[in-house]
Amino acid sequence: MPAVSKGDGMRGLAVFISDIRNCKSKEAEIKRINKELANIRSKFKGDKALDGYSKKKYVCKLLFIFLLGHDIDFGHMEAVNLLSSNKYTEKQIGYLFISVLVNSNSELIRLINNAIKNDLSSRNPTFMCLALHCIANVGSREMAEAFAGEIPRILVAGDTMDSVKQSAALCLLRLYKASPDLVLMGEWTSRVVHLLNDQHMGVVTAAISLITCLSSKNPDEFKTCVSLAVSRLSRIVSSASTDLQDYTYYFVPAPWLSCKLLRLLQCYPPPEDGAVKGRLVECLETILNKAQEPPKSKKVQHSNAKNAILFEAISLIIHYDSEPNLLVRACNQLGQFLQHRETNLRYLALESMCTLASSEFSHEAVKTHIETVINALKTERDVSVRQRAADLLYAMCDRSNAKQIVAEMLSYLETADYSIREEMVLKVAILAEKYAVDYSWYVDTILNLIRIAGDYVSEEVWYRVIQIVINRDDVQGYAAKTVFEALQAPACHENMVKVGGYILGEFGNLIAGDPRSSPLVQFNLLHSKFHLCSVPTRALLLSAYIKFINLFPETKATIQEVLRSDSQIRNSDVELQQRAVEYLKLSSIASTDVLATVLEEMPPFPERESSILAKLKKKKGPGAVSVELEDGKERGELNGGGDRGGDAAIAASNASTPSPSADLLGLRSTAPVSGTTPSAGSLLVDVFSEAGPSATSAGVNDDGFLSSAPPTVASEDPAPPLPESDELLNKFVCKNNGVLFENQLLQIGIKSEYRQNLGRMYLFYGNKTSVQFVSFNTTVSCPGELQSQLNVQTKTVEPLVEGGAQVQQVINIECLTDFIDAPLLNIKFRYGGALQNISLKLPVTINKFFQPTEMAAADFFQRWKQLSQPQQEAQKIFKASHGMDTEVLKAKLLGLGTALLENVDPNPENYVCAGVIQTKAQQVGCLLRLEPNAQAQPGEQMYRLTLRSSKDTVSQRVCDLLAEQF
Amino acid sequence: MIGGLFIYNHKGEVLISRVYRDDIGRNAVDAFRVNVIHARQQVRSPVTNIARTSFFHVKRSNIWLAAVTKQNVNAAMVFEFLYKMCDVMASYFGKISEENIKNNFVLIYELLDEILDFGYPQNSETGSLKTFITQQGIKGQHQTKEEQSQITSQVTGQIGWRREGIKYRRNELFLDVLESVNLLMSPQGQVLSAHVSGRVVMKSYLSGMPECKFGMNDKIIIDKAGKGGVTNEAGKSDLGGGGSTSGKQSIAIDDCTFNQCVRLSKFDSERSISFIPPDGEYELMRYRTTKDIILPFRVIPLVREVGRTKLEVKVVIKSNFKPSLLAQKIEVRIPTPLNTSGVQVICMKGKAKYKASENAIVWKIKRMAGMKESQISAEIELLPTNDKKKWARPPISMNFEVPFAPSGLKVRYLKVFESKLNYSDHDVIKWVRYIGRSGIYETRC
Repeated sequence: MPAVSKGDGMRGLAVFISDIRNCKSKEAEIKRINKELANIRSKFKGDKALDGYSKKKYVCKLLFIFLLGHDIDFGHMEAVNLLSSNKYTEKQIGYLFISVLVNSNSELIRLINNAIKNDLSSRNPTFMCLALHCIANVGSREMAEAFAGEIPRILVAGDTMDSVKQSAALCLLRLYKASPDLVLMGEWTSRVVHLLNDQHMGVVTAAISLITCLSSKNPDEFKTCVSLAVSRLSRIVSSASTDLQDYTYYFVPAPWLSCKLLRLLQCYPPPEDGAVKGRLVECLETILNKAQEPPKSKKVQHSNAKNAILFEAISLIIHYDSEPNLLVRACNQLGQFLQHRETNLRYLALESMCTLASSEFSHEAVKTHIETVINALKTERDVSVRQRAADLLYAMCDRSNAKQIVAEMLSYLETADYSIREEMVLKVAILAEKYAVDYSWYVDTILNLIRIAGDYVSEEVWYRVIQIVINRDDVQGYAAKTVFEALQAPACHENMVKVGGYILGEFGNLIAGDPRSSPLVQFNLLHSKFHLCSVPTRALLLSAYIKFINLFPETKATIQEVLRSDSQIRNSDVELQQRAVEYLKLSSIASTDVLATVLEEMPPFPERESSILAKLKKKKGPGAVSVELEDGKERGELNGGGDRGGDAAIAASNASTPSPSADLLGLRSTAPVSGTTPSAGSLLVDVFSEAGPSATSAGVNDDGFLSSAPPTVASEDPAPPLPESDELLNKFVCKNNGVLFENQLLQIGIKSEYRQNLGRMYLFYGNKTSVQFVSFNTTVSCPGELQSQLNVQTKTVEPLVEGGAQVQQVINIECLTDFIDAPLLNIKFRYGGALQNISLKLPVTINKFFQPTEMAAADFFQRWKQLSQPQQEAQKIFKASHGMDTEVLKAKLLGLGTALLENVDPNPENYVCAGVIQTKAQQVGCLLRLEPNAQAQPGEQMYRLTLRSSKDTVSQRVCDLLAEQF
Repeated sequence: MIGGLFIYNHKGEVLISRVYRDDIGRNAVDAFRVNVIHARQQVRSPVTNIARTSFFHVKRSNIWLAAVTKQNVNAAMVFEFLYKMCDVMASYFGKISEENIKNNFVLIYELLDEILDFGYPQNSETGSLKTFITQQGIKGQHQTKEEQSQITSQVTGQIGWRREGIKYRRNELFLDVLESVNLLMSPQGQVLSAHVSGRVVMKSYLSGMPECKFGMNDKIIIDKAGKGGVTNEAGKSDLGGGGSTSGKQSIAIDDCTFNQCVRLSKFDSERSISFIPPDGEYELMRYRTTKDIILPFRVIPLVREVGRTKLEVKVVIKSNFKPSLLAQKIEVRIPTPLNTSGVQVICMKGKAKYKASENAIVWKIKRMAGMKESQISAEIELLPTNDKKKWARPPISMNFEVPFAPSGLKVRYLKVFESKLNYSDHDVIKWVRYIGRSGIYETRC
């Protein structure tokens, strides 16, 4: 750089800056700046020609004002003019101004680019450097577009000066990082690699940054750099500390270059060429050897430089993971650092060891340091180092030392920092599960964990315990005993209560034999915690209570008393209240058999990825690598949970963690249709709110926690072709509201009302997807003779159904005369271009037009006898396909539309109904008698259904319809 | 109540720090400095809430006075106190500057102990404070017991603002009506907002304990007097020196406040202003009017943009009062665009100059009689910029001083009664002066 002569000092600028510095207040400063700006404006006024010096001075002042935080909206032109000056200082100021204050004024950009182009093609190395620096500093897309082709040429040209090459390499690196698509690979790439052999160390250092960046994107193109880098590295490493003169830093030869070379090598697998590999191994050994040598200087810079190279070399060794000898040596070296005075070194050593631990060659070597690491965990002052120590413990854990490590981590947990507690808890939980030899140890560990750090035990952890306990018969008894003992502590964490409630509810019977843990004692213990818990836990406890009723009938009275108390049955929380009411009813109404079925022991959970592992992965950004490695190890080695571990790891790749509340407890989901998207679920709520008595009676059975029976609403059906819609039709014989049809895209809900011979039906089409349906069209048709029997009028629906939205259609039905078939509903729409075509039967059956008729026994029998002609009677004897529950039967018969006549039939078991079918043409009286033989064995129960009506077709049809219902 | 009081210099260094209550910690000092004085954006609000602590500040030249409290105090009271504090300091050592505060810090702490007690404002009347807080060091040795007890009884007595036994050979009275007129006018000459805030300042050199009665042409008083059939006592034509061109008799005062010496009960019942005056200078009342204001000057701007690089400005000012009166210190400030590169000014009267540091053309006229007019024209050259922002055209502002009250207020009488000493109203020499100044007097262009 040319020396700045005295005349270039710019006195005016110095005076201005000192004026500003001397300003007493902000106002004074602003005044001074305004004055100066006005002065500069008057100087820049077009008519006067300014010499280069004053132009430079004023541009400098503007720059200074801008850097003080004021807006500058002029002077760009003058700055661009400076670029074409021949004086270095003027050019420099011009470039400086443009680098700082460039804006996207197209006109100016063109001028700037032109000036830069001129400088690049000039022979003057300083000007070229200035131009390159400007490009790199601005680094905008326009610049990249203009110069991405030019710079590589300068970089590889034979006659370019070293300093320019350096700048060019770094400038290209910047452009590549800013807009990689504009920097095209070409024939220059191979020549760039050869810069590694350049005489000038500066060029090599600059080039290697560029090559590292480029080769990480396209490794193949730069493959040749490996051997070059190795030879360069070996030359540096083997050189005496004085050989490199300028590039020796505190007796360490070219430390930056060495680090960069080692980092470049980490982009590639170990070299295949034996000679190259030998040379590299030699280098690495030399580096490791040098670390052992006594330091040549006491200065901290010396050891920093040396250690930087060493750590980079160790990362490379770990990256290669193929030289057991080197790995063990690296591990030993790190082991020395573990006790080093320097905190940073300890941190780095622990961090590198974490990765070393995952290598099969060095795993054993790492394990030898376990005492030191445990010590670090306990005594280290810096929390980040302790965190690393915990990570390392986690990484080095295997079957042989699991118990020790888990015990150490548990004991550390009591004093651990709050910031890392949750992560520690997860780690302990995972280790305990993975390396559990006997599950009683596992249960002990987790319960301990909950006891020590209950607040930090996430849901997943205790879900997992329960999963494992339920799936393993051998630990259930032990688990029940342990939780029982743990619950006896006066203060338990809520998570402990949850685990306790669940396990005792399931397996309390296993320890009931012991008088110290008799059923009542168990119950009282759980109930003593009840009032201290939050609502979800209380809900869980209530479920545990009902399970107790099943397990220990002797506790029934006590528990019913509890459920009946106002604090439960009138609880302000809806969930608790509902549970209390339902459980109370369930326990008082249902027979022991029903109870036993409903409250059966939970079936084993399907094996899947430990949700804890997923949680840990989510939690840890940087640590994720070690977890991933962990997975790899799990797959390779036979350890811990045996085959289960492997399964889990494989499942990890494709299984998304299911929502924990659904997977573990199978707690009742409030949405009646499983698998609907939330929006679709909510939009159908109104339909279900009036679902009628049959739905509520089914509701209890729906409770997923109590039984694993599928929900009553058929939701699993694939998009049905026409024949299957008969089944759907049968569903609606006895009810008017519900879900008619559902597949992945569409849900159709129905709400209907009938009066005399008229009916109105509301169809709700719910779009379950997030994509809109187009050309949505529905038609209702009456095939064959139905046309003359039924008059159906529909209103058209909007052709567009937005994603997640619901549209309503009203259908008016008039019954002209009695009929057999049902009208057809055809739905057509386009979903993502594909035409969907669905045909269904509308659930309009003759019984919908029933008018209930109340009558006395005498009347009934009189009419019964009047309708005694054989064609007026239809009779069917059929097997009961559902249980013979009185209430359910009654509800169904009422749903049919007839009046249920009590005390008519001499046999109280029998049901008798009467009604009139209203059609436009005529009214058809109809009498019904249903005789169950309830005393028969379950499975052999039969019904006899007799129907008499004034019209033979009606008798037959109603009989057919009804026979399907029981 | 006030928890503490801090005084900072312009750099934010603490000059005076006095904490009255324990709820104000030392960090409050820094909090104000960091969040207000050194704030990135200039803090315009005089009240700042930082971490549940309220800071009330006023600025005098480069000095910040900040009162701090954690309680929900009456902000008006705090500001009144701060202003009073400024008055007291000014009367003790002149201009409030960093230099003066540093030189008088012992005195200031002494004053702060006296005028605030546990955060409650106490006697802040300069006259009485000066009797026992002096700048000449401790006078205690020379003071007799009686003198001390006299001070105590006076300070704690009913008339705390005046001591007994004052004697003057010549009983004199000076009355200044000081008004500042504020205006915002549209380019077409439509008044957008205007109001006058005025003060009546008295300087009294009267012997004994005189009882004074002050009368002015307030609408309510005059109406009341007219209805009551009381003979008009405003026969003192020597007192009314107003320059109002309109023959209006009375003015409507929107609101007014009085010095503590005025008997408010009498004002409420009889609308008469009677008081025992403090000795020396004090502000008798403050008032504000918004109706029928005499605008002393009219500014007519004419701005024309000639292309992108030139701007022509012509401004005419017209004086609008009796030709016999002279306005003084007239200054018109015409803002210029931010990219001004050169200005040529021609004016018939006074001197005009482009001040780059303030981005304005400043036109000064020393004196101007009523019913005259004068004009300035300027050519402003602009530097083309790549900024597309249009110039916001800030309003043209004006400063002046006129020898009449723009609100139209006139002093009708000021009577002095002293029963014990034998001088009567006629023996008192009275001086009345009206000064109208510009407040924010702006015309949009």
